[in-house]
Amino acid sequence: MRGQEARDQAERKAVIATLAQSTGDDIVRLWNEAGLPSEAEFLRGPETGLVTVRGRIGGGGAPFNVGEATVTRATVRLASGEVGHCYALGRDKQKAKLAAIADALWQDPTRRNEVETKLIAPLQAALASARERRRAETAATKVDFFTMVRGED
Amino acid sequence: MYVAVKGGEAAIANAHALLADRRRGDRSVPALRLDQIVEQLALGVDRVMSEGSLYDCELAALAIVQARGDMIEAIFLVRAYRTTLPRFGYTKAIDTGAMLVERRVSATYKDLPGGQLLGPTFDYTHRLLDPELAAGGDVAEPLQRASEADAMPRVSAILAREGLIEPDGDMSQDHIPGDITREPLEFPMARDIRLQALSRGDEGFLLALGYSTQRGYARNHPFVGEVRIGEVELELDVPELPFAVPLGSVRVTECQMVNQFKGSAKAPPQFTRGYGLVFGQSERKAMAMALCDRALRATEFGEDVVAAAQDEEFVISHTDNVQATGFVEHLKLPHYVDFQAELDLVRRMRAEHDARENAGRAEEKREAAE
Repeated sequence: MRGQEARDQAERKAVIATLAQSTGDDIVRLWNEAGLPSEAEFLRGPETGLVTVRGRIGGGGAPFNVGEATVTRATVRLASGEVGHCYALGRDKQKAKLAAIADALWQDPTRRNEVETKLIAPLQAALASARERRRAETAATKVDFFTMVRGED
Repeated sequence: MYVAVKGGEAAIANAHALLADRRRGDRSVPALRLDQIVEQLALGVDRVMSEGSLYDCELAALAIVQARGDMIEAIFLVRAYRTTLPRFGYTKAIDTGAMLVERRVSATYKDLPGGQLLGPTFDYTHRLLDPELAAGGDVAEPLQRASEADAMPRVSAILAREGLIEPDGDMSQDHIPGDITREPLEFPMARDIRLQALSRGDEGFLLALGYSTQRGYARNHPFVGEVRIGEVELELDVPELPFAVPLGSVRVTECQMVNQFKGSAKAPPQFTRGYGLVFGQSERKAMAMALCDRALRATEFGEDVVAAAQDEEFVISHTDNVQATGFVEHLKLPHYVDFQAELDLVRRMRAEHDARENAGRAEEKREAAE
């Protein structure tokens, strides 16, 4: 049971991560294509605030504050009772609202599959391909050193 | 004493209307869109985010337009906006080792795990103006090369294996990171607070100080162990979720500077370090920050404090360009009463001076006549 709970939490975190990384435009487009319901009661927000970003001295040492970033959050409750949350960088309130509803819908076992296949999977695919393209473009600038032999011996 | 003087309202309103007009410029030229600035003046946006100490590309772009491209004014606008928002919390510390790397170079190791990735750099360009850009021609897509996702350990970890370099800067376990946005500056300050101040410090000021150390004012023999630029993920602990909630990614630049150190009676000879971490793509600033971080650790290593870059109070008190511009620029605001008082004083002194001169001359005449 504990293992199942941990797996569920890891999956939910991945869903929230996908929604946070994706653009509001992509989420709205897929949302409309999938015809997902966008009615929900707002328990909080959507509201914009700040988080203070922390780094580590030397990369792995003690934490220090680097600066702030805008974050928009929302908490919603569906008619069926599920409560969903969103925290995402930026100031896109529409994105925060839909992401919170998506998190709530995902917790409903009867809706999870629909949310996974119609929303999360395509978003993940788009993010993965963007990341892969970025990596491949950077890899093309990798230096391949070679040694020049000079003289007879 | 302050004396209120009224007037100037109409002049101020008209000046602001004129500013709006000049900001827009020739109406037959299309107005800039924020996405154009975010995409095409990206490093300017990064500078405003770094020194404005607020990661939000669109807001930084808006600030740049509103400030007519005046970067310090844009940074000021962003700083002012920050104060209007509530704070949700502190993120978990980012892991630069897990960065989606867009550029990574080391000047100390040729063949390091993950390799040297030049990325989108100005290095090795010829610095010749490009007339084709002015003509607005199409730009080719960049090349791609298939690659495995190599692990890219920080270069400091390589030297650390031999014990030849000091470890990452640790502080006591129960140390809570200081926050200069919450508490006033106090000297001497801990390294974590110094780094926060440097990370949002003025690029030009830090660059000049870093340069001064290279020219011999507190020389510390630096090597760029590594510079890396790329995106790191942010996570925030919140009470309503049983796990740290992922927020998305921000782009940062990190510099690991490796510096010479002779060792002391207590410490064996090993390399010391300076660290730079800034928002956005800005290796000049990250490198300058790392040079300053190392210089400011002089007392920690028992080095003589002989140069400006080592003087913590001097560096940290003057690195914030919003404070600096506020104090310098306030000089142009009305100081009529202050100046009136000075004027009176000078007039009185002048009168006394003249009286003395006249008395002296009268004395001379009298003596000459005698």
